[in-house]
Amino acid sequence: MTTAPETRVGGKTITFGDDVNTDVIIPGRYLVSIDPVELAEHAFEPLGPEVQKELKASRVVVAGRNFGCGSAREQAASCLTGAGVRAVVATSFSRVFFRNAINTGLVAVECPQAVDALAAAGGRGEMWVDYDQGTVETAGGTFGFAPYPQGLREILQDGGLIPHLMRSFAQEGTVR
Amino acid sequence: MTSTASTPGTAGTPGTAAAPRTFAQKALERASGESGLAPGRIVDAYPDLYMSHTASWRCIRTLERMGADRLYDPDRVAMVMDHISPAMNAKTAADHRLCREFADRMGIKNFFDVNAGIAHIVLMENGLVRPGQFIIGTDSHSTIYGALGAFGTGVGFSEITAAWVTGKLWVKVPESVRIEIDGELPVGSYAKDVMLKLIGDLGADGLTYCSAEFTGSYVTSRSVSERMTFCNLAMEMGAKNAYVAPDATTLAYLHDEAGVPADGYEVLLPDEGAVYRDVVRLDGSALTPQIAVPHTVDNVVGVAEVSGTRLDQVFIGSCANAKYDDLAIAAEVLAGHKVARGVRLVVTPASSAVMAKASATGVLATLIEAGAMITNAGCGACAGNGGAMADGEATLSTANRNFQGRMGSYESRIYLGSPATAAASAITGVITDPAEVLAQAPRSAAAGSAGPGRPEGAAS
Repeated sequence: MTTAPETRVGGKTITFGDDVNTDVIIPGRYLVSIDPVELAEHAFEPLGPEVQKELKASRVVVAGRNFGCGSAREQAASCLTGAGVRAVVATSFSRVFFRNAINTGLVAVECPQAVDALAAAGGRGEMWVDYDQGTVETAGGTFGFAPYPQGLREILQDGGLIPHLMRSFAQEGTVR
Repeated sequence: MTSTASTPGTAGTPGTAAAPRTFAQKALERASGESGLAPGRIVDAYPDLYMSHTASWRCIRTLERMGADRLYDPDRVAMVMDHISPAMNAKTAADHRLCREFADRMGIKNFFDVNAGIAHIVLMENGLVRPGQFIIGTDSHSTIYGALGAFGTGVGFSEITAAWVTGKLWVKVPESVRIEIDGELPVGSYAKDVMLKLIGDLGADGLTYCSAEFTGSYVTSRSVSERMTFCNLAMEMGAKNAYVAPDATTLAYLHDEAGVPADGYEVLLPDEGAVYRDVVRLDGSALTPQIAVPHTVDNVVGVAEVSGTRLDQVFIGSCANAKYDDLAIAAEVLAGHKVARGVRLVVTPASSAVMAKASATGVLATLIEAGAMITNAGCGACAGNGGAMADGEATLSTANRNFQGRMGSYESRIYLGSPATAAASAITGVITDPAEVLAQAPRSAAAGSAGPGRPEGAAS
């Protein structure tokens, strides 16, 4: 908690199209678990083992419009974290997925320019997000995005909503 | 078409003539205690109710991880064991027991066990959803609470847990879109078809982050049950919340069916001249039955385009379309008919109250005589709890999602339609326009042959 948190995350990308829904990200039958690592075994299972293998070797999910549409299941975000994904960069998100990502400490950024630039560069390569600076770097350039409001940035820095609350309770000395 | 509402310069300044506000602005001002909230503002808001369904055990485990053992207000907690009911294995039985024991220990009065039905419907039937309230739930279809004039929205289980402890969460004030639906629907078309048409036209992200206010002569003439269908399915366009302005129909439901005293809520209505991002208009009289084809809800076609598609299963269930009038419409279509050979018709009433009423009026008997299989109330096959499909099979479902693999095999297909389309298709074994079945057998004759008669409250 005392070291400055890493605000720049990234690496190898895996790309998806528009309207990737929660049932494809993590099928409902696996919601009996809340362990990110266990869930990661089944992330994107409907799309087949090749996609699952690629996911595990990736650090950034790149997607088109409305990523994470559908269910409010928080595991759609945490299963990605469990698979080693550090950030999702999309043209746009469904609102519940966005909340769940921030709340589970997964960097989620809307940056259509970066998504388009990666596609123009052949759709493969690395992408890096600095959520403190508000930049996305990828083949073809560095792009800005609207910075998070302070409250959301603090949640991300603490690794998610629950660790953030625990930290603030500890600071206040609140006994709950 | 975009509206041209006026925007006076002194937006929300206390003590001066306040700018006209949408429902969403008013609801979040009420829940946050702030005034002059413009769309885009982020505020801390205090929900009136935190709904958690089968995900409740995840909240309890998260609470344990936090080391917290005091709730902000146990009376605002509502738990409903709906997604997996009854328990399907030892793990889910243990999850249910954890919730039961937690509710007892913490003094949570609003605990509904595996027999109750789908959370959304159960909470509304029990008077826990009231006009003007701000409600969060561990379910994306929490937008449905707008049917009673409340602001309902879905969140993850960590956020519900946080609200249990702190009583609040951050919310962005949404822009609003007004959806005006006018005209009488042709025979064979229903609220579900209206919504599928809108979803197809606007797309799966057409209302993302928006508050959807439904209005127009068609909407205001509809029952609370049909308003639930509107508000439920608004989520499939990405809406943050949905809303139908409370009127005499709403107040009658609250009083007569939900037992809510007239002084137990505050009706919030949008102001004349409030600003909308868009106004969408739909003429209901031009509608035909609509079908969402695999694997996205906005992949919508008129029934004629897919009629004749072979089905293995028909599912009448879910928080979108398994309320009493949905079952009554299905019974009206199925009366005097048999389900096609080789097709299984699974009917899962939305709640135990719906089931009891359908039993009392003969609707269940009509469905059973036709060959339907009635399951206990709950989410059932929509949540992947029974009603699974094998590779290559197809289901026509009255639910709100047709995502790949949601009902069994990843190689199966889900089509979405109205209860009438579902019932007509169960008779023929292929996707069928219900108007054809309704035309074949005049309603009075069909009802006469089925014993209990035309179900009360069936299609108007």
